[in-house]
Amino acid sequence: MEKRVVFRSAWLPYLLVAPQIAITIIFFFWPAFQAVYQSLLSQDAFGLHTEFVWFENFKTLFADDHYLLSFQTTAIFSLLVASLGLSISLLLAVAADRIVRGAFIFKTLLIWPYAVAPAIAGVLWAFLFAPSIGILGYVLKQWGVPWNYMLNGDHAMILVVVASVWKQISYNFLFFLAGLQSIPRSLMEAAAIDGASPFRRFWTIVFPLLSPTTFFLLVVNIVYAFFDTFGVIDATTQGGPATSTQILVYKVYYDGVKAADLGGSSAQSVILMCIVIALSVIQFRFVEKKVQY
Amino acid sequence: MANITLKGVKKSYGNNAVVHGVDVDIADGEFIVIVGPSGCGKSTLLRMIAGLEIITGGEVSIGGKVVNDLEPKDRDIAMVFQNYALYPHMSVYDNMAYGLRIRKLSDADIETRVQKAAKILELGVLLQRKPRELSGGQRQRVAMGRAIVREPAAFLFDEPLSNLDAKLRVQMRLEIQKLHRELKTTSIFVTHDQVEAMTLAERMIVMNAGRAEQIGAPMEVYDNPSSMFVAGFIGSPAMNFLPGVVKAGSLDLAEGVRIALPVAIREKTKDGDTITLGVRPEHFAVTASGMPFRVENAEALGADSLVHGYIAGALCVVRVDGHSRHANGDLLNVTPAADKLYFFDSANGARVA
Repeated sequence: MEKRVVFRSAWLPYLLVAPQIAITIIFFFWPAFQAVYQSLLSQDAFGLHTEFVWFENFKTLFADDHYLLSFQTTAIFSLLVASLGLSISLLLAVAADRIVRGAFIFKTLLIWPYAVAPAIAGVLWAFLFAPSIGILGYVLKQWGVPWNYMLNGDHAMILVVVASVWKQISYNFLFFLAGLQSIPRSLMEAAAIDGASPFRRFWTIVFPLLSPTTFFLLVVNIVYAFFDTFGVIDATTQGGPATSTQILVYKVYYDGVKAADLGGSSAQSVILMCIVIALSVIQFRFVEKKVQY
Repeated sequence: MANITLKGVKKSYGNNAVVHGVDVDIADGEFIVIVGPSGCGKSTLLRMIAGLEIITGGEVSIGGKVVNDLEPKDRDIAMVFQNYALYPHMSVYDNMAYGLRIRKLSDADIETRVQKAAKILELGVLLQRKPRELSGGQRQRVAMGRAIVREPAAFLFDEPLSNLDAKLRVQMRLEIQKLHRELKTTSIFVTHDQVEAMTLAERMIVMNAGRAEQIGAPMEVYDNPSSMFVAGFIGSPAMNFLPGVVKAGSLDLAEGVRIALPVAIREKTKDGDTITLGVRPEHFAVTASGMPFRVENAEALGADSLVHGYIAGALCVVRVDGHSRHANGDLLNVTPAADKLYFFDSANGARVA
């Protein structure tokens, strides 16, 4: 059966998609083009002199230890956020799938953090972990941990990871819960009769059947850690102390806005653009293939 | 191999009782079918035997051992599910080997057992396939294979044929019978289909609203139903029921039709009792005189025809020879076979005999 809608007028379909196209062009294509163009320019701090330098900005970037360090920071950060975010939310989803009483409240509470803006989440955790007034900072000090995320780079990393993971758990939780609920109960019962312990049932039946969900979430979480955690970092450590929490997306902002190196900053965003395109391609190819078993 | 004994097995969810105490002794190697309409508690009963539902009253023992508090894996049973419950990410071979690997059999043993089961079920060429690459009948066989390789004390079947089309269902029914002849493993088979129950069972348990209404061999249940429910449920098309009132040794049906009560029934009833007469469609004969039968509709099935119509105001079915032609509006006379009359108490459905 023909499912396509056929319009009698020639211009009506274009009119209907025009708003979407306009938004995409103005807010996505234009800035993207600007970034690519800027990345080929070199400009002085006051914008008085602009020179077309071809790929000079990229060359400078890859020769810059700070940039490579930021890559490393990003890798560590996104790995931690994705792995912790996925495993904690999977654990919570399994728990939510099992409990009978209070399941509604449990699920509702778990979904709340998603409604909190990244910057607010960052501030919230920064307060909790504040060395002088934060309750968690206080507890850590009682335990003899010389806690100060403003001085210690590792502490700062822990703080931004915790805040970012906390915010992303809701999203992962929802997908995992839906994935778990789509596994037929009788599979678990068959495995139980086959003699599998609950632990074994999870690893040999549930986890493989969840793999499409897990993979999807892995990509989403990496994208999240790469790009959407800007608010968290800006509200807490601002990339510091030194550059210990300066992930790529934060460095783009810092170099462009604070250090006024528009060319270098644009080159960085072009590289980020390539990364996100690559991730999206992986994800779409996978989603098209759908379930893997 | 083991016998299974149920002693007053009950199930309730809170105050809502769904199984009201079932007692049955299942002999070693017997094929028992639990049959009943949906919601009668038959699957719940099976799941209690399997250990998938908590037993809230009574005792289940398998091989002489009370299993009420044992995990499913410790009951030495294998189950075939309605939706097959095959592990979708594993090959047919791995599906069958899963339980054996958990029980830590050697690879060689597993190979032997799986190959043997595959041979019995003709799954040899499919062993490396994934469940999604199989047809419904093949999946069903894999599910049975997974049960066979375990060599359990008992097989539990939970409506295993209801997802198959009619032709496959008949074929799988025969295969299950053949399998049982070869393996002689105690089997409990749950179904809502009375044809499956009649054809597969050595003995059947007819369940209604959480009670075992009758337990017996199929023909025994067919010939001698203990209640109106059983009489109506077993046999296809269902038994015809004609309500009436006892008056002076005979049963007054509607529209002035009356039938003399046999002596045994006459002794147990008195004037004014409401009694329902039951006659199977195949036990009516078209005769020159008898009960008037107003034909509504006739279905020719080939070997025989089912004639639907009204006898004494009740909608009835009469089975006649396939070549006799009847149409809407025909007026016939039918007579029930004198030794095939069933009488039930209209109030509670109990058999009067």
